[in-house]
Amino acid sequence: MADLTLKERLNIPRQHIPEQDPQERVRNFQEVNLGYDEETAVLEANRCIQCKKPQCVDGCPVLVDIPEFIQLVVERRFREAAAVIKKDNTLPAVCGRVCPQEVQCEATCVLSKRGEPVAIGHLERYVADWEREHIGIQIPEKREPTGKRVAVVGSGPAGLSCADDLILMGHAVTVFEALHALGGVLVYGIPEFRLPKAVVQAEVDALDQFGVEFRTNYIIGFTETVDELLARFDAVFLGVGAGLPYFLDIPGEHLNGVYSANEYLTRVNLMKAYDFPRSDTPMFDMQDKNVAVFGGGNTAMDVVRTSLRLGAKRAVIMYRRTEAELPARIEEVIHAKEEGVEFMLLVSPIELIGDENGWLTSVRLQHMELGAPDASGRRRPLPIEGQTEEIPIDAAVIAIGNGSNPIIPQTTPDLEVNRWGNIIVDSQTMRTSKKGVFAGGDIVTGGATVILAMGAGRIAAKSINDYLNHPDVW
Amino acid sequence: MNTIVEARFLGPDTKLLRIVAPPIARKRKPGQFVIARVHAEGERIPLTIADADAEQGTITLIVLGIGKTTKLINTLEAGDCLEDLAGPLGQPSDIQNFGTAVCIGGGVGTAVVFPIAKALKSAGNYVISIAGGRDAASVILENELRQISDEVYPTTDDGSHGFHGLVTDKLQELIDAGQRIDYVFASGPVPMMQAVAAITARYEIKTGVSLNPIMVDGTGMCGGCRALVNNQTVFVCVDGPEFDAHQVDFDTLMLRNRMYREQEEASLDAHQCKLEAHADMRRA
Ligand SMILES: Cc1cc2nc3c(=O)[nH]c(=O)nc-3n(C[C@H](O)[C@H](O)[C@H](O)COP(=O)(O)OP(=O)(O)OC[C@H]3O[C@@H](n4cnc5c(N)ncnc54)[C@H](O)[C@@H]3O)c2cc1C
Ligand SMILES: Cc1cc2nc3c(=O)[nH]c(=O)nc-3n(C[C@H](O)[C@H](O)[C@H](O)COP(=O)(O)OP(=O)(O)OC[C@H]3O[C@@H](n4cnc5c(N)ncnc54)[C@H](O)[C@@H]3O)c2cc1C
Ligand code: SF4
Ligand code: SF4
Ligand code: FES
Repeated sequence: MADLTLKERLNIPRQHIPEQDPQERVRNFQEVNLGYDEETAVLEANRCIQCKKPQCVDGCPVLVDIPEFIQLVVERRFREAAAVIKKDNTLPAVCGRVCPQEVQCEATCVLSKRGEPVAIGHLERYVADWEREHIGIQIPEKREPTGKRVAVVGSGPAGLSCADDLILMGHAVTVFEALHALGGVLVYGIPEFRLPKAVVQAEVDALDQFGVEFRTNYIIGFTETVDELLARFDAVFLGVGAGLPYFLDIPGEHLNGVYSANEYLTRVNLMKAYDFPRSDTPMFDMQDKNVAVFGGGNTAMDVVRTSLRLGAKRAVIMYRRTEAELPARIEEVIHAKEEGVEFMLLVSPIELIGDENGWLTSVRLQHMELGAPDASGRRRPLPIEGQTEEIPIDAAVIAIGNGSNPIIPQTTPDLEVNRWGNIIVDSQTMRTSKKGVFAGGDIVTGGATVILAMGAGRIAAKSINDYLNHPDVW
Repeated sequence: MNTIVEARFLGPDTKLLRIVAPPIARKRKPGQFVIARVHAEGERIPLTIADADAEQGTITLIVLGIGKTTKLINTLEAGDCLEDLAGPLGQPSDIQNFGTAVCIGGGVGTAVVFPIAKALKSAGNYVISIAGGRDAASVILENELRQISDEVYPTTDDGSHGFHGLVTDKLQELIDAGQRIDYVFASGPVPMMQAVAAITARYEIKTGVSLNPIMVDGTGMCGGCRALVNNQTVFVCVDGPEFDAHQVDFDTLMLRNRMYREQEEASLDAHQCKLEAHADMRRA
């Protein structure tokens, strides 16, 4: 198959990734996408026409050398393909699964102009899974120890990628994590059916093997302050994420049955509440209930699909714009629909109503229409005067985003934050206002994506290395 | 890690555990708490740091066995370890020299009150402690309180020990007797804190309470511990746990704490057999 003509390549249809049957998968928490087999992967890789000026690369926030790794897949040199991806992306098994490819690498792939783009995400996932399953996660040569010590705070994608690069540069790295498990949103937020915990654990294990020290149950700010860290480390990286859930600020949010997405997903994913009472953490009993999820992003999709898996009779996304504006990955929206999720669009909750025992019974919705575009370029939803509706629900989950956690700013007075509490950094170097302290990921940008957090962690690692070599220059 | 070096019952269901946790012991301030997990499938529960010894690197927890996790913790003995222990969490208590401070603990709430009473005493207050319980056996820390308070009044619902009546009855008695009170701190069951708040509001006495909502992470990430204070949503784990009693909406807190009542009972039943098996094993 190595010497296909251009025409032959263009005639290969995009290879669908096998997935669990929707009827089946709504009853389990196993991964929905099953992954390509070798022949399918090679066939899909053959669709790439190896552009001289590959536009796909421009669409990837970390500039993965897409044509090169795909060519190696064509040649079945998977080990080398993995090495090529990992030059730019330390978490390919994760990104292959959760990147919004349709607005990044696949959006700019030339093939998308005349048909369907190369399935770059599926191929990236294939290569990363192949490496992990066949030869184990490969680790490049480590440099001579530099004797320098760096503290990485937070074990999400920003922290893990920063730790990875720093240890390769020969620095000693300790990762401090507030929770009892490592991985940040990858373990407490994104559900097993989209990103198996074992995939994240394998990445953590590889770092562990490579000498990164991990301290869980360690809350920087409380267990030890940033200033105290600076006394025993040469530099500090803050990758603490955007974990402080927003509520709607409407009446009734304190009713039982009302959750933030973070609490809901943490109970189910991190604390394994779906396995209650074998695991000890309880969860609202979803069996045969009606669940409303407010929001339209990945988080909302994760919650609504989790609800079906917990036995909900009816699980509804209530979103204030139209389907075209849903911020979730397109694949998640498709999967959600296949699984029976309902979408109520152009509605916004204005009141949660409960019974005398404090339990949620219904939601009052305001119908909306789209007005002129707002600052983000999306058309702003506006209420339609007098058009409201009350719908009976048993549980409601608020998935409208996260602000920034106050613990670090409160305990680090000379660390500059903006008015939303995001840490202010120089975007080239990820340096904060405090000497020796760097930051990146959601704590800087507000809730964003895995790949952007990972990219920020890597820029910070490089910049920390520069600083460790020239500590006088700040 | 997290090894228990001392474990003894203070009352029928109340156990004191001293645990090796040097970083927490070093940093902890009165009013702060930890999140603990007993085993790998365990739930994360908040427990007040009742005392700490920075030199020995130990913290003291006092646990009332009311549900599956606390009962399980109370089967642990010296030499056992907790799976996870994270802290210190929450804002430290508001410690000032108010003048005369009355510290009121109901049941295991006395464990929350103890470190604060101790700190208030060190800050120069005249400290009056009221420790209530159902019966004599459920009044805890009475001796410890005596060492750090100027006056101590145990109270029992059944009159089997100390003052016969509720902690609030004792508080009212002090007020009626003309005792000057500049500050009240209370911790215990929600109805008790609510009743204390109602009394002190009448006399315009500044009052702090330590709230006990259901928590998960304890770091501000989930919003499960939200409560209404001054008509604003607060996250008790990061904004509290101590708040101005006269601004707290106790009714909401009470309803929210009942959220998992059925599941908790089911899970306690499921665990009861395990607990008994565990206890048998220890005896053997
Ligand atoms: C439900 C959900 C679904 C998502 N789906 C997608 C998706 O499909 N695709 C995508 O690209 N993005 C997705 N995202 C967004 C993505 O997960 C985040 O942008 C990304 O995880 C941010 O990484 P981070 O490293 O900055 O922070 P996080 O992943 O949030 O990790 C931060 C870590 O720091 C720890 N921490 C916080 N404070 C402290 C402290 N004081 N001391 C020690 N540790 C601390 C936290 O416990 C946490 O483990 C999703 C997010 C959610 C919530
Ligand atoms: C900041 C803070 C400090 C605390 N300090 C202590 C302490 O020092 N010693 C101590 O014994 N307990 C303390 N508690 C309460 C303790 O966390 C709960 O008793 C424990 O979580 C119950 O878990 P369980 O599995 O044993 O019982 P469950 O089976 O979960 O619950 C049994 C009963 O307790 C109620 N309950 C459940 N969770 C909580 C909770 N977090 N707070 C109050 N009631 C709850 C339930 O509604 C139910 O009625 C504190 C709570 C908070 C928020
Ligand atoms: S990292 Fe994400 S955006 Fe970049 S090539 Fe991989 S899937 Fe595409
Ligand atoms: S733009 Fe598309 S076809 Fe061109 S190199 Fe990239 S993936 Fe291949
Ligand atoms: S316990 Fe999760 S925010 Fe307080």
